[in-house]
Amino acid sequence: MRHVLSVLVENEPGVLSRVVGLFSGRGFNIETLNVGPTLEEGLSLMTITTLGDEAIIEQIVKQLRKLVTVVKVVDLTHLQKVEREMVLIKVNAEDASRAEVLRIADIFRCKVVDVGPNALTLEITGDQSKIKAIVSLLQRFGVKEFARTGTVALRRAMQMD
Amino acid sequence: MEKTGAQILLECLLQENVDAIFGFPGGAVIDIYHHLPSYPALRHFLVRHEQGAIHAADGYARATGRVGVCLVTSGPGATNTVTGIATAYMDSIPVVIITGQVPTPLIGNDAFQEVDIVGISRPCVKHNYLVKDVQDLAWIIKQAFYLARTGRPGPVLVDLPKDVLQAKTVPAYPESISMRSYNPHLEPNRRQLRKVVDLLRTCRRPLFYSGGGVISSDAFEELTWLARNLHIPVTSTLMGLGAFPGDDPLWLGMLGMHGTYAANMAVGHTDLLLAVGARFDDRVTGKISSFAPMAKVVHIDVDPTSIRKNVNVDVPIVADCRLALKGLRDEIMACAEASDWVLEHQSWLEQVQAWQRDHPLQYAFSEEPIKPQFVVEKIYELTKGEAIITTEVGQNQMWAAQFSRFHRPRSFITSGGLGTMGYGFPAAIGAQVAFPDKLVIDIAGDGSIQMNIQEMATAVSCNIPVKIVILNNGYLGMVRQWQELFYNKNYCATCMHTNPDFVKLAEAFGAAGFRVTKAADLEGVLKQAFALPGPVIVDVVVAEEENVYPMVPAGAALTDMLLV
Ligand SMILES: Cc1ncc(C[n+]2csc(CCOP(=O)(O)OP(=O)(O)O)c2C)c(N)n1
Ligand SMILES: [Mg+2]
Repeated sequence: MRHVLSVLVENEPGVLSRVVGLFSGRGFNIETLNVGPTLEEGLSLMTITTLGDEAIIEQIVKQLRKLVTVVKVVDLTHLQKVEREMVLIKVNAEDASRAEVLRIADIFRCKVVDVGPNALTLEITGDQSKIKAIVSLLQRFGVKEFARTGTVALRRAMQMD
Repeated sequence: MEKTGAQILLECLLQENVDAIFGFPGGAVIDIYHHLPSYPALRHFLVRHEQGAIHAADGYARATGRVGVCLVTSGPGATNTVTGIATAYMDSIPVVIITGQVPTPLIGNDAFQEVDIVGISRPCVKHNYLVKDVQDLAWIIKQAFYLARTGRPGPVLVDLPKDVLQAKTVPAYPESISMRSYNPHLEPNRRQLRKVVDLLRTCRRPLFYSGGGVISSDAFEELTWLARNLHIPVTSTLMGLGAFPGDDPLWLGMLGMHGTYAANMAVGHTDLLLAVGARFDDRVTGKISSFAPMAKVVHIDVDPTSIRKNVNVDVPIVADCRLALKGLRDEIMACAEASDWVLEHQSWLEQVQAWQRDHPLQYAFSEEPIKPQFVVEKIYELTKGEAIITTEVGQNQMWAAQFSRFHRPRSFITSGGLGTMGYGFPAAIGAQVAFPDKLVIDIAGDGSIQMNIQEMATAVSCNIPVKIVILNNGYLGMVRQWQELFYNKNYCATCMHTNPDFVKLAEAFGAAGFRVTKAADLEGVLKQAFALPGPVIVDVVVAEEENVYPMVPAGAALTDMLLV
């Protein structure tokens, strides 16, 4: 199953390759990976989504913790969390289809961030299922370019069971 | 006072109580070598190939339990250490590797003798560093030694650009280390230990399966106490040999692919497997689904990733092995109701002893050709287990493990996890440097010894009196054995009938050489060789197609052994 891992690391050269090398070297897979500095000096947060059964995920978490530059690993999968990903998508929008593209963008509360004579670029934020839904709706117009950030996630302040 | 990076490095090594460096110079590290003579406490041993340096540092570490140190130049010097780094990594051996690097402004430019050794070594080090600022040097060296020897030990590499070695600063040596991202968990959880005591009370067929972690955590006494007082038989991995006295009646010998019949049968029948500092490697477990099929499993290891990596565990204990076994002893002593362990384990021990009696390790003696097993037995007989034995890899290694007995930790030094041919001789050099008065013997194969034979020049020039005994079967014997048993005797690329004359080779290096072809001559020659004050090669011509038995074919259950 898909797991979302939050990995706090020392922000130093090579830390990304240590993490990525761990996954490739041990045959684990990375579905998405996002990394950026935190508010605390010297620390970065990685959000990694990965696939595996419980035993594999247990190994991934332990192996990550074993890296000397990894400060903390939390598996958010079974916690209540907010999960978001942002996508930029450049869709064909000829005169005939432009209105329909804009309508879909509106329904999904996307932002139009760039307009060209025959294409629109939309910014979409949401969880995986929302992004999947809108992308599949837009594909029939023809997607020219596509870039996504990978998942970022935080655990919710209130954990109800 | 201002000092250069090179001087600061050497002072740091002194502070870590380093007394031996195995190294080989080059342009990127000349600054270090320039200052080395001012630090006579740092004895330097000039090897003939950097692989020799890293294996010697590793052998020094295994023999002493202290951090071994290896110093090499950038580029090819650094890449030549990679096999040795991986060897140390697989067996969790504390070594610090210092590599030179091109000056920082040139890094990334494909400069002369530049390689990204930090990148190359990343998957086979515990950690590594590229030092970019001389201000960071002192704390990085301190951290490197700390990381190498604590928790699950391992190799740590420090890459030092030439301009950093030349830069000057007033050094500030850190007193202590605090790392928010590294805190090995050493103390055992009491609740878990109590669970083990409960299991011990109800089980009938307990078995200790000990590994290299017992040696690296110095848990020899604790393990021995528990086994003897609770009457639990002990088997161990290749890496764990010496962690329990080899002449104790509870000792079953090694388990696994070439384990003893009794050890493997005991694993097949135990109802409580006490795994201590071992990692359920495939050479040990055979077919994993039929490994210890009836057992509840207790697994003690300092590295959480080892636990539940290959097998399911009923009671995991993440802790230093010595502290965990000590805690277990305390819990048992504190138990109100005493158990009669002798009585409870009586019938199990009888069963185990019957296996030992019915299928001991054996071979058919012959006067000529000499049997390799006989050579190992003879070495043991002459040294009474007092020598440090290293091995190469292959049949020689397995026979050394099977037909010798080890009574003390750190008396058997071998490349287990990586199985590196060419390891044993330089490792013996490292062990001999640590213990100049001990007899250090490399039990070698004719193939393996050629992989680092150049170190004979090191042994001769530094007066390191290592004894090499070659079990010369004229083959890459272990591979030939597989070809014989599983590949229709297609001996492709395993024949070594054009071996050099090892006696002349020894002499060419300035060492002594002997050849033995008859069993009756062996004792006399070995005695003579062991008594010599310098390095020696004893070339023992042995039966060409002798096989190592028992053997569990790869992928078979441990109890499905080929016995002769
Ligand atoms: C560096 C390296 N290359 C290849 C191997 C594969 N290998 C394992 S045992 C062996 C044969 C070793 O021959 P020898 O040293 O003569 O020992 P023997 O088995 O004959 O005792 C080989 C080639 C290895 N373990 N290490
Ligand atoms: Mg051979």
